[in-house]
Amino acid sequence: MPAVSKGDGMRGLAVFISDIRNCKSKEAEIKRINKELANIRSKFKGDKALDGYSKKKYVCKLLFIFLLGHDIDFGHMEAVNLLSSNKYTEKQIGYLFISVLVNSNSELIRLINNAIKNDLSSRNPTFMCLALHCIANVGSREMAEAFASEIPRILVAGDTMDSVKQSAALCLLRLYKTSPDLVMMGEWTSRVVHLLNDQHMGVVTAAISLITCLSQKNPDEFKTCVSLAVSRLSRIVSSASTDLQDYTYYFVPAPWLSCKLLRLLQCYPPPEDGAVKGRLVECLETILNKAQEPPKSKKVQHSNAKNAILFEAISLIIHYDSEPNLLVRACNQLGQFLQHRETNLRYLALESMCTLASSEFSHEAVKTHIETVINALKTERDVSVRQRAADLLYAMCDRSNAKQIVAEMLSYLETADYSIREEMVLKVAILAEKYAVDYSWYVDTILNLIRIAGDYVSEEVWYRVIQIVINRDDVQGYAAKTVFEALQAPACHENMVKVGGYILGEFGNLIAGDPRSSPLVQFNLLHSKFHLCSVPTRALLLSAYIKFINLFPETKATIQEVLRCDSQIRNSDVELQQRAVEYLKLSSIASTDVLATVLEEMPPFPERESSILAKLKKKKGPGAVSVTELEDNKREGGELNGEGDRGPDPAAMASSNASTPSPSADLLGIRSAAPVGAAPTSVGSLLVDVFSEAGPAAPSAAVNDDGFLRDLEQPTETSDSLLVEGSGDSDSASPSEDPAPPLSEADELLNKFVCKNNGVLFENQLLQIGIKSEYRQNLGRMYLFYGNKTSVQFASFTTTVSCPGELQSQLNASDQTSGTTGRGWSPDPTGTQHRVLTDFSDAPLLNIKFRYGGALQNLTLKLPVTINKFFQPTEMTSHDFFQRWKQLSQPQQEAQKIFKANHSMDTEVLKAKLLGLGTALLDDVDPNSENYVCAGVIQTKGQQVGCLLRLEPNGQAQMYRLTLRCSKDSVSRRLCELLAEQF
Amino acid sequence: MIGGLFIYNHKGEVLISRVYRDDIGRNAVDAFRVNVIHARQQVRSPVTNIARTSFFHVKRSNIWLAAVTKQNVNAAMVFEFLYKMCDVMTAYFGKISEENIKNNFVLIYELLDEILDFGYPQNSETGALKTFITQQGIKGQHQTKEEQSQITSQVTGQIGWRREGIKYRRNELFLDVLESVNLLMSPQGQVLSAHVSGRVVMKSYLSGMPECKFGMNDKIVIDKQGKGAVSDDAGKSDLGGGSSGKQSIAIDDCTFHQCVRLSKFDSERSISFIPPDGEYELMRYRTTKDIILPFRVIPLVREVGRTKLEVKVVIKSNFKPSLLAQKIEVRIPTPLNTSGVQVICMKGKAKYKASENAIVWKIKRMAGMKESQISAEIELLPTNDKKKWARPPISMNFEVPFAPSGLKVRYLKVFESKLNYSDHDVIKWVRYIGRSGIYETRC
Repeated sequence: MPAVSKGDGMRGLAVFISDIRNCKSKEAEIKRINKELANIRSKFKGDKALDGYSKKKYVCKLLFIFLLGHDIDFGHMEAVNLLSSNKYTEKQIGYLFISVLVNSNSELIRLINNAIKNDLSSRNPTFMCLALHCIANVGSREMAEAFASEIPRILVAGDTMDSVKQSAALCLLRLYKTSPDLVMMGEWTSRVVHLLNDQHMGVVTAAISLITCLSQKNPDEFKTCVSLAVSRLSRIVSSASTDLQDYTYYFVPAPWLSCKLLRLLQCYPPPEDGAVKGRLVECLETILNKAQEPPKSKKVQHSNAKNAILFEAISLIIHYDSEPNLLVRACNQLGQFLQHRETNLRYLALESMCTLASSEFSHEAVKTHIETVINALKTERDVSVRQRAADLLYAMCDRSNAKQIVAEMLSYLETADYSIREEMVLKVAILAEKYAVDYSWYVDTILNLIRIAGDYVSEEVWYRVIQIVINRDDVQGYAAKTVFEALQAPACHENMVKVGGYILGEFGNLIAGDPRSSPLVQFNLLHSKFHLCSVPTRALLLSAYIKFINLFPETKATIQEVLRCDSQIRNSDVELQQRAVEYLKLSSIASTDVLATVLEEMPPFPERESSILAKLKKKKGPGAVSVTELEDNKREGGELNGEGDRGPDPAAMASSNASTPSPSADLLGIRSAAPVGAAPTSVGSLLVDVFSEAGPAAPSAAVNDDGFLRDLEQPTETSDSLLVEGSGDSDSASPSEDPAPPLSEADELLNKFVCKNNGVLFENQLLQIGIKSEYRQNLGRMYLFYGNKTSVQFASFTTTVSCPGELQSQLNASDQTSGTTGRGWSPDPTGTQHRVLTDFSDAPLLNIKFRYGGALQNLTLKLPVTINKFFQPTEMTSHDFFQRWKQLSQPQQEAQKIFKANHSMDTEVLKAKLLGLGTALLDDVDPNSENYVCAGVIQTKGQQVGCLLRLEPNGQAQMYRLTLRCSKDSVSRRLCELLAEQF
Repeated sequence: MIGGLFIYNHKGEVLISRVYRDDIGRNAVDAFRVNVIHARQQVRSPVTNIARTSFFHVKRSNIWLAAVTKQNVNAAMVFEFLYKMCDVMTAYFGKISEENIKNNFVLIYELLDEILDFGYPQNSETGALKTFITQQGIKGQHQTKEEQSQITSQVTGQIGWRREGIKYRRNELFLDVLESVNLLMSPQGQVLSAHVSGRVVMKSYLSGMPECKFGMNDKIVIDKQGKGAVSDDAGKSDLGGGSSGKQSIAIDDCTFHQCVRLSKFDSERSISFIPPDGEYELMRYRTTKDIILPFRVIPLVREVGRTKLEVKVVIKSNFKPSLLAQKIEVRIPTPLNTSGVQVICMKGKAKYKASENAIVWKIKRMAGMKESQISAEIELLPTNDKKKWARPPISMNFEVPFAPSGLKVRYLKVFESKLNYSDHDVIKWVRYIGRSGIYETRC
């Protein structure tokens, strides 16, 4: 860039700035600024033309004043004029002013855009760069609209200078981030990928940021970048530290570029090409090797750059999760960092290890560091590092080390920071439950937990203890004994009193034999805590007392005495008073038989997922837990509740036998993380004023029920003008009439027909429409039967089938209407033919117009043509199925939904529905016989999309989990949405 | 009670720091500097609370005076003290400036020791202070024991503001009625709000311990005295040679110097006192009714297109033609996008001051019942800001030789029984000065 020569410095500006700096008070400063503003205004008045230099000077002053915090409302025009100057400094100041001060809705934007356009088309690289920087700095929608098509051209043009390419790539990235819809993919995308081969490292670095961002939206288009990135990476990694000259940073060759390349690779699954993969593995190994080498420099920058690359490489290894060797090496490397002097490194190591722990290959390797991690938990000075250590302990916990980890976490809890205590408590509770082999250990742990951190123990935790104690009769006696002992402490937490009250009330009889814990002793112990407790606890204790009366009749007199005293029977709290009164009456009136029936032992609780887990998830947010939660899924073996009675869960087997990868392990696999709500809901809603057109035409229309038309919801796609194609009749009703928007029930109607082909599509007081459809490969034929329910003939009956918006390119719909419909059932149906070009999500619209009693009726319905209609069932064996299932392992290819059952969960009904869907229902594929597995191929004109479906019903919770994997991601999303409403 | 007192210069450097109580630490000094002085105008409240410590500050030119306390004190008392402190300092060394404070810091510490004790305000009467805190070095050696005990008895006695044995050859007293008139007027000439706040300042050079009685045309007194009394003081009522024929004024509220006997005022509404020697403020008052507005401003603003503004302002003086108003200054605000101004005025000088965004029109002297006008053409620069100009009001400054509230001094009688001079021998001077406070007319 041309250097600013000394003579070009603006003296006036310098004087002004020094004046301002010398002002003693705010008032003086304002006075000086006012004076300057008046001066500039008089100069800009337009009596005489200003030369470029003074214009630049005054614009600079304005900019300075603006940066001091004053409003500037003039001078924009002068700044825009500067843009057309030929001098670099003037242009630069003009662009600076505009990027800082011009807001997007200014009327000057057209002039600015014009100037930018001129600069972009100039051959001067510095001017082009200035213009690109300005676009990127402003980054408004208007800018994007004007230049989104221009910049890619500059970016891939052969004769563009390197520096301009750099700027163009970053500018495009900015525009894409602000308004992604305006940056259209085109043939340039493939050429952008080839920028990875560029000679100039700066261009590569800029391009890779762009590609990383773009490939997240359109992974397919940029697939080729993987091999290029790998070769680039291997060239950098294998180069000596002096090869890259300017791009070597403290002896590390191109660290930023390497990090970005590794990050880009994390967007894609492992390369399928063996050679590429081999090269990549080699690179990763080299990076790991380099970490072992002695540092070339003592400077912190050197180690920072090296470690940045290393951490990116490790996250790539974790992302691939397929190279056991690398995973273990990564784990060992991180293990070294765990004891590093740098706190940041220790933090990062703990964080990465958390994700490593969830990989089956490296889980064991991570476990070897348990001592170090525990040490970190105890001795780290920084709370965030301790938090990571706690996370890692949680992640690395399994049956073998559960006791140790829980014990360590419990002992740490006593000194833990208040901010992480609640989370720690939840984690301890979950681990204790999940890995308990011995229930007395579990009860001990939880009671200890309540003792140590009672305030942080949420309701869920102690509910859970009670559930488990009640469900397992082998621990009840032990539990009663333990709580009895725990309650003997002079001060115990209220939660402890709750647990104690409940358990002694239920199972106090189990320890009553011991004279040290005779019924009366138990009661007195509980009652000694009574007055220190809050109202809900007291209520619970009162219930425990009445249970005591049932268990030990000898305590009846004492307890009745207690209930009868004024503080109970006349308690100001309604709940307590009521309980006292009722229990007193119950105990004095009812016979022992009645008492025994009423106060029977609590029945076992139904088995359900631990609510503690849900609480932890809520606390940490979806992102943070997903890793551990998935791991939970993987290892949920019913370690506590199930123990074999759950049936052969493949996942449980997989985890217990981690070294042999089971085909089904991936079924619930690592990458099933696609959150439930991730599928973007493409249907926006907007209000359409139907009466603006229908009102005057049909004031007394009986068809259009006012209620449902008022707030019509319409898919956004149809808000574009409806394109009507292939309408059979040229005679028409009133030509001015547009098709009415689809009825609000249209979507419901559509859902009715997902699993069946024939039936009644629509019915109102006038009209009934029946439907009959056949599908073969990518062709479908649909017959519509119109029934006139009135005794009058409909005039000018027309039907039109149209495909709204982009559906047109996805589906060919043509209709052959034969004849008009008269009175009664129409003998001649309308036929509609569909040809699928590619996958689609919306449904074609059927528009019906006719005159009834002079009033024009206008109806629009959605035709029940859904993507699943074009399924071809495919039979396959269990082995084939899982092989294919594994192949479709990319996150985008999978759609998963967990939803509540809308209909009955009857096996036969479900089977019929799944068959009606068009897929083949595969028996004996899934190890769990309750699950349904289906396979099919969707036939479109251009391609065939394979689909695998897995439906896991949960009868107790009335929930389903539906997982779909298709070779095309949009298909799996759409199918998932469709099917979720069917069950 | 006041825990400490600091004086800062405009940069926030501490010039004087006096801590009276232990609960105020050294860091309080910095807290005020960081949070108030360096906050650059963002703090507008005179009371600031920082970390459970209250800071009360007043600013005199570039000097900040801050009183600090941790207790819940009477804020009005603290401010009254700070104002008094300013008065005392002015009386000792003139203008309060960094230079003067640096030159007199020993004196200021001495004063602070005297007027605040453990945070409780003490005698802050300049006259009394000057007897024992002087600027001529330590006087103690020259003072006899008798003199010292006299000072003690006087300062601790009933009349702490005046010492005994004062002798003048000529018994003289000066009475100044100083008023400032505040006004907000609509463009149509309707008074939206107006009030006068006035002070009666007295300078007395009287021998002995004279008893004075001050009388003015207070409405309550006049009404109470009725017809019979009017004839009694008819002769003395024309002390000032007032201009208006108005009989009496309604005073909304007033405060007195400590020498005035409040019990007598409460019972008889008469103002009687033994005056301090030298200059002091006898009373302060405020009136809102029947105010004589000395000037009327008639603005006329016309917008000609988007780039031009025509302003015409007429001022009319509204008092006796024989009187002369002085130091008249009219300030006409201009829009923020003014790019040029042409001014034509018949009288005085007018100038566009860009730094203040206003046209300032100055007239040296103007007699009553006259009128004068200015017209200006303002050129504007078109902006892309759609906001309309807010049109701030036109403000005015002036000084007139009468009291706009209509207050008249009816008499000031001096009785000294021990010495041989009577009321007639005292030479009395009365002066009325009316100034503008915030005197604004919307346009």
